[in-house]
Amino acid sequence: MAYDKFTVLKSTAVPLPIENVDTDQIIPARFLKATERKGFGDNLFRDWRYNNDDTPKQDFVLNNPIYSGKILVAGKNFGSGSSREHAAWAIYDYGFRCVVSSFFADIFKNNSINIGILPVTVSAGFLDKIFKAIEADPKAELEVNLPEQTITILPTGEQESFDINGYKKHNLTNGFDDIDYLQAMKQEIGAFASNRLY
Amino acid sequence: MSTTATTLFDKVWDAHVVRKIQDGPDVFFIDRHFIHEVTSPVAFLGLEGRGLSVMFPDKTFATADHNTPTINQHLPVKDPLSANQLKALEQNAAKYGISHWGLGNPKNGIVHVVGPENGITLPGMTIVCGDSHTSTHGAFGAIAFGIGTSEVEMVLSSQCIMQPKPQKMRIVVNGTLNKGVLPKDVVLYIISKLTAAGATGYFVEYAGDVFENMSMEGRMTVCNMSIEMGARGGMIAPDETTFNYIKGKDKAPKGDMWDKCLAYWKTLKTDEGATFDKEYMYDAADIEPMITYGTNPGMGIGITQAIPTADQVDSGKATYEKALGYMGFHEAEPMLGKKIDYVFIGSCTNGRIEDFRAFASIVKGRKKADNVTAWIVPGSHVVEQQIKDEGILDILTEAGFELRQPGCSACLAMNDDKIPAGKYAVSTSNRNFEGRQGPGARTLLASPLVAAAAAVTGVVTDPRELIS
Ligand code: SF4
Repeated sequence: MAYDKFTVLKSTAVPLPIENVDTDQIIPARFLKATERKGFGDNLFRDWRYNNDDTPKQDFVLNNPIYSGKILVAGKNFGSGSSREHAAWAIYDYGFRCVVSSFFADIFKNNSINIGILPVTVSAGFLDKIFKAIEADPKAELEVNLPEQTITILPTGEQESFDINGYKKHNLTNGFDDIDYLQAMKQEIGAFASNRLY
Repeated sequence: MSTTATTLFDKVWDAHVVRKIQDGPDVFFIDRHFIHEVTSPVAFLGLEGRGLSVMFPDKTFATADHNTPTINQHLPVKDPLSANQLKALEQNAAKYGISHWGLGNPKNGIVHVVGPENGITLPGMTIVCGDSHTSTHGAFGAIAFGIGTSEVEMVLSSQCIMQPKPQKMRIVVNGTLNKGVLPKDVVLYIISKLTAAGATGYFVEYAGDVFENMSMEGRMTVCNMSIEMGARGGMIAPDETTFNYIKGKDKAPKGDMWDKCLAYWKTLKTDEGATFDKEYMYDAADIEPMITYGTNPGMGIGITQAIPTADQVDSGKATYEKALGYMGFHEAEPMLGKKIDYVFIGSCTNGRIEDFRAFASIVKGRKKADNVTAWIVPGSHVVEQQIKDEGILDILTEAGFELRQPGCSACLAMNDDKIPAGKYAVSTSNRNFEGRQGPGARTLLASPLVAAAAAVTGVVTDPRELIS
């Protein structure tokens, strides 16, 4: 599925300073029964966000109107666990385009980039600064600049650069995906396959 | 020492690189692709949207498992959403010419149980599935890992995915395992040492006598849980145990092809002098039966130990308190003697015949504890049949247990098998995340022996006390 191009994103951010947020928390298994990619944002962080009777849990950050924005800032080891891409879909569908953490689980990171969410890995120290800036002012904005590979806390001007491989960066900035690339090399793949033992 | 010494992982990986992209991932060829009802429908929709077809339908296998009921499988599936997913899988498989082992098919079962059982999983292969425990197949010396739905679409349409090559880690465990210590304990022990993120970015090779002496079932249990320390996957070099397991299986190579494969498989090992980016060594003698107390698989301890205090763990204090709060446990408490409500034996981690043999070895001649509800779920129909043929079912029935039908069941609680909120379950599955086994469910991960000991005593019990 094609997605919007990602270049520079300036936005307020939603803080989730919890470590090891796994994909079962991002989207519990019972919401994986759809056969289409629609409506997952409603169940993002379902069990942290709602009580059993579907009333919102007031102390969860997504239910706090002070916080909003297209950037989710989360604690270390975000997205561990299940390979369900539904977790990335839920984050995208809710309206986030970028997740910032000091450490991402591998599969989640791949899944996000594949659907047009930019995972930005920052140092533990910088992550802390972001949390502090948002705590001081929930309307504090971050700027994520993909071409320059930088993330800036706008009120303080503090900045850090982040890594992303050239190929994925090219895809994200142009809205291309891997399937486009693979389709263009099918002959080469066919030739490779015919030389395999099995 | 030769300068060309390479690891098992390098040998298999490098043989599958179709193209290297500069400053980008490898175009990586996939030999076998497993699909199931939950993570494939959107991939097929994507194919349709782009007007693409499946490039090699005979390299993909479909089975229904995540969403299927474990009782009355002969009746129509009640939940309309689940039924819809099962139907979508069946229709997509038929449309594109993919083998499909749906509900009721004698070959049906959990994807990571039926693949090896039918000889689809072979050494030296690359194997993917939209399920993170695809790492299970690494037990055969394959590179196997979980992928997302976009990647499922890539494999369907081009038999390739785009992957940067992970770093290499070797975990060596030498020595002899203590009485009552199973492969599940070995892997829970390793994860407790490395933490739930300790191997992120790495692909693991398990080596040392403990793995060499392990059965294929045990190796699968270990490789299965590789993802729980963040690793992309884990693998074990194939040997006689592997070859004997595969030989004669339904889809295993036969005749000349067998000889050709065998010759290749024997080259699949890490050369002397090959280097890893990280290495860990453990002593088998240090491992006792394990149990988890928290909300990720790294939060495990020896069953006789006490829950650590916040200053003994390195996740932040807030995260640690949240986990213990969810579990209803306190720092420094012992685990032994804690009352439990449910026992689940099954899943692609511990749903094979050996696991039920271990469970039955303790249950035999005892009775199910009154306060315990037990869900006993074989990984496949083949395992179910073995349970019956070996007389294990009789042992279970006499002790007051019931056998259910195969599927993922309470491992992820997508079907009706949900542990109720606040209840404690000793589970042989792989994840103790909040809500994994049902909203509010509290999971203690353990081996089949620990599960059996809990099932007959109603509390967390050291299984060594019940082994004669
Ligand atoms: S048993 Fe659990 S881990 Fe295994 S495939 Fe099923 S849901 Fe995934």
